[in-house]
Amino acid sequence: MIDNLPFLVVAGTIMIGLYAILMKKDLIKMIMGISLVESGVNLFLIALGYRWDSIAPIFTGAPSLAMVMPTVQALTLTSIVIGVATLALLLSLVMVIYRYYHTTDVRKVTKLQG
Amino acid sequence: MSDSMSKLIRTTADVMFLFITVFGLYVVLHGHLTPGGGFQGGAVIATGFILLIVAYRLDDFLAWFKKSTFQSCETTGLVVFIGTALAAIPLGYLFFMNFLNGAEGLFGQAVSYGINPGVLNTAGTIPIMNIAVGIEVLGGLSIIILYMTSGIRSREEGE
Amino acid sequence: MMRSKAVWFTLVVLAGGLFFAAVSLPFGNPAMSDMDDYFIVHGQEQTGANNIVTSIVFDFRGFDTLGEACVLFTAVSGVAVLFRHRKKGEDYEYE
Repeated sequence: MIDNLPFLVVAGTIMIGLYAILMKKDLIKMIMGISLVESGVNLFLIALGYRWDSIAPIFTGAPSLAMVMPTVQALTLTSIVIGVATLALLLSLVMVIYRYYHTTDVRKVTKLQG
Repeated sequence: MSDSMSKLIRTTADVMFLFITVFGLYVVLHGHLTPGGGFQGGAVIATGFILLIVAYRLDDFLAWFKKSTFQSCETTGLVVFIGTALAAIPLGYLFFMNFLNGAEGLFGQAVSYGINPGVLNTAGTIPIMNIAVGIEVLGGLSIIILYMTSGIRSREEGE
Repeated sequence: MMRSKAVWFTLVVLAGGLFFAAVSLPFGNPAMSDMDDYFIVHGQEQTGANNIVTSIVFDFRGFDTLGEACVLFTAVSGVAVLFRHRKKGEDYEYE
């Protein structure tokens, strides 16, 4: 079971992120939970493509020819950039909400119009 | 956000900005030989600009680099990327085809399978796309931070 | 009170499911790797790049990179819309 350490870390990170989204009452902490879940998913994608005793898939001065799987690393690059874009828009929305309500407590941000 | 930092921090930021920009350009340009590429190098160069925003006042920074500079950087990067992808269609290939690979030209030296020390003159259209995406990402991330910082400032003064 | 109990129950069930899946997945021996073996063996002569990940991102699956560049552009324009300066005489609805 200690061989599966990356997958256990992924499960722990996603659970901490879900706890922060569901149980906290502040907008900034919920956004931190969303970022934690995205980081856990990126780590899971990279840990899926690992082979024992292999090196990174780059041929410049490589010590051997056994390589890990390169496709999942390409998907993770795209996922990281999309996470950054989503986080920027979320934080901008929180700034506009604070400008109107003067608080970030999610129980007081309840009006839907006006 | 309304006052600049001490002289030690401002001098260090001035020196570090040059080294960070050179390192970011190295990561962008050698994307087909070593780990890195367009997105990673663009984020490194944007970090250099954000260091200048933190160390100086926002008005001083806007006196050096206007907002329209970064906007034009971002749009130029995206247009060059799409143009390189579309340039393969009049030559008879498909969309996004690597038409410079193997042709002896600017980026056209051929590479065979095996371990070799990297040569910069290879990989066809990939370095062109790396540079385009690097310029787009540095413009995009700097514009995000500039708009959020000036949004804070207008709230403090206006209300 | 009932809502807090339902949330805790959901979290415990999800934690149990995730940890069971994390223990039972095989780590280090991917089951099917035919596509990645093709990319590693033929990537250098078909694209000319030493870095296989860059050749996948920009040549074999370049269409996904086009979509990602457009997502970044859309996020930047969304932030620019949210932080417009108010001009004299222009009235917002909530001020």
